[in-house]
Amino acid sequence: MRAKLDSALPYSLLLPTLAFVTLLIVVPIVQAFLLAFQGADGSFTLANFQKMANDTAFADALKFTFLLLIFIVPMQVVLALVMALLIHTRFKGHTFFLYIYAIPLAISDLAAGIAWLSIFTERGYLNSILFQLGFLERPFLFLSYQNLPAMFGTIVVAESWRATAIVMVILLAGLQVIPRDYFEAADVFGATTLKRTLFVVLPLLRPSLQNALIIRTIFAFQTFAVVFALAGRVIPVLAGESYNWYATNRNPGVAAAYAVLVLVFTVIATWFYFRVLKTSAAEAGYD
Amino acid sequence: MNKRFYTLVLVATIFVLLAACAPAPTPTPVPTATPTPQPVVFLSTQLTPVEEQEKMRNIILKGFTSAKTDFISDAEGVVVDRILAEQKANKVVSGAIGVLHGTFPNLLAANALEDLTPLVAKLSDRPIVKEFMTLGKLGTDKQYYIPWMQATYIMVVNKKALQYLPAGANVDSLTYQQLAAWGKNITEKTKEKKIGFPAGPSGLMHRLTQGYLYPSYTGGLVTTYRSEDAVKMWTDFKAIWEYTNPQSTTYNNMQDPLLSEEVGITIDHTARMVNAFKNKPDDFVGAPAPAGPKGRYYMSVIAGLGIAKGAPNKAGAEALIEYLTRPATQAVTLREVSFYPIVESALPTDLPPFVRLEAEGVVKQSKAPDAKVALLPIGLGAKGGDFNKIQQDTLTRIVLKGEDIKKVLDEQATALNALMTELKAPCWSPDPLSTGACLAK
Repeated sequence: MRAKLDSALPYSLLLPTLAFVTLLIVVPIVQAFLLAFQGADGSFTLANFQKMANDTAFADALKFTFLLLIFIVPMQVVLALVMALLIHTRFKGHTFFLYIYAIPLAISDLAAGIAWLSIFTERGYLNSILFQLGFLERPFLFLSYQNLPAMFGTIVVAESWRATAIVMVILLAGLQVIPRDYFEAADVFGATTLKRTLFVVLPLLRPSLQNALIIRTIFAFQTFAVVFALAGRVIPVLAGESYNWYATNRNPGVAAAYAVLVLVFTVIATWFYFRVLKTSAAEAGYD
Repeated sequence: MNKRFYTLVLVATIFVLLAACAPAPTPTPVPTATPTPQPVVFLSTQLTPVEEQEKMRNIILKGFTSAKTDFISDAEGVVVDRILAEQKANKVVSGAIGVLHGTFPNLLAANALEDLTPLVAKLSDRPIVKEFMTLGKLGTDKQYYIPWMQATYIMVVNKKALQYLPAGANVDSLTYQQLAAWGKNITEKTKEKKIGFPAGPSGLMHRLTQGYLYPSYTGGLVTTYRSEDAVKMWTDFKAIWEYTNPQSTTYNNMQDPLLSEEVGITIDHTARMVNAFKNKPDDFVGAPAPAGPKGRYYMSVIAGLGIAKGAPNKAGAEALIEYLTRPATQAVTLREVSFYPIVESALPTDLPPFVRLEAEGVVKQSKAPDAKVALLPIGLGAKGGDFNKIQQDTLTRIVLKGEDIKKVLDEQATALNALMTELKAPCWSPDPLSTGACLAK
């Protein structure tokens, strides 16, 4: 009797989570699929996907989503790794920097986008400062649709600022669980800091790196508020188009089609990371 | 655990006892059979924010003494459903109906509106804009609503830009070609592009294409979507766009870029520019939107007043309409809720300065000799977004991406026709009224 109860306990403890995930994640996913594949009359159709693919913004949205991914994710991981390693040295005042780094975590996407808009716009902070310092004769238009690289650059900067912190927190947590013995052993064998980082820290950090990459990539597919604020419709992204079709064009079917597409890409990316950064159970610390 | 439970029970008991000891509510007075007429129920889709409702009840309607008024404001669907349900049940409670022009055809189709033609004679003492009165006939020979108030889009200019006006151009009677020349002049003299449009993701640029550019050049919108005149319009607009601040694609309202002086000449919804006048009243002037070969078309968001068929206190509802269209009441409405008058009389002098400055532009626009009214799309229902997207895509492809005008118009007109066929929506002004679906030729 007692044994039976013990074996039932873990499952009963999982029940609330299961209910939560079912209600707030599984059910909406199923509904989104239904919306995407159904016409206005409820019959099954691919019309929503056709409309999506034929849309003026579709090709651009696809292109810019992947461009953002390619530019932002590696940059952020490197940046976050440097920040995490720096904090991990526990230099004097490192907690202060930890807090500074973590500030963007507390700021919503759109608020961040609007803050960066006030920096990059024609009469914004950046232009004002550069003008005051005498570097510019007249404001530089960062947000001109005629200068896509500059506009794209502002998005990369804003997104990096906004979402590097989450990657850093994951990596820092990963660093902190690496047993000190490894570092001591490396020191005994006379490893330099660089060698220690490359051959001891990085391999041991692989599970955290995998998590960080997966989370960051999922976020990158979902990015849109910052892009929306800085580039409007000139640089469309998949998640933004989903929002537009739902909120502005009031067409939930096409919006759901975009959402399904984002889901498919996310699943593929996650699978890819699991394959490439394969971690054994021992490395992940689960044994 | 137990202790807490008992405490809860104790607290609950105390509450029940207290409630029992409270004085009995005063009995509601038994309604006496009064000779006074029933109150006028005034149903509206306008002035829905609580603050505006309060202003309507406590300030605007304060001077109306002929009958007691119940002002009820709600979303369009709720109001329309209520009116239609009352008609169906043959138990009409509503009196006056205050909704947008585009809502009235639905009500007329359900035979839910009184004929107000006899009322028109009683209102002949006030200078209601004739075009608006005609709209109130809904394409019939009877009057179904009396214009109530309007909102619109006007041009706002920073006074510093006036010195660059091209020779022979007057800011109050500008054409789109002169606007391009003006922009060119500014760019040549200052090296800056000072024209601006609300082409951001939630800007109302598509309304400018629908109600300003298209009608001014082609005399229509849907029927003339791919006409020769439309090609000319886009060519001219591209010329204007050359001197337009390329950050326009990030502007959702024009008051911010006006205030930061990124933009000196713009056209936008009055509510989205009012802060420019509020913060820097000395810097800006309001002016009519430019004109094209077919006239100075402007989009008017017109709200009208109708009466529900079989209204219980019809005389009271008529008196209410008479009261709300008085020039004095119109002035109070403008001052309190920033909706503009539909009467052609001088603006009151006691307006807050920022309201007056913008109002001058609105009045100049509707009084311009070549002024003509275009309306918000009618009969699109939930597909209004799809309709707007067609204009947005057309602009993106022609102006931002520089695609071939004829090819884009042809493709977008096909999309437009597919949508209109699906909706079976007839044409609205400025397109000539049609019986079947409104299609691009």
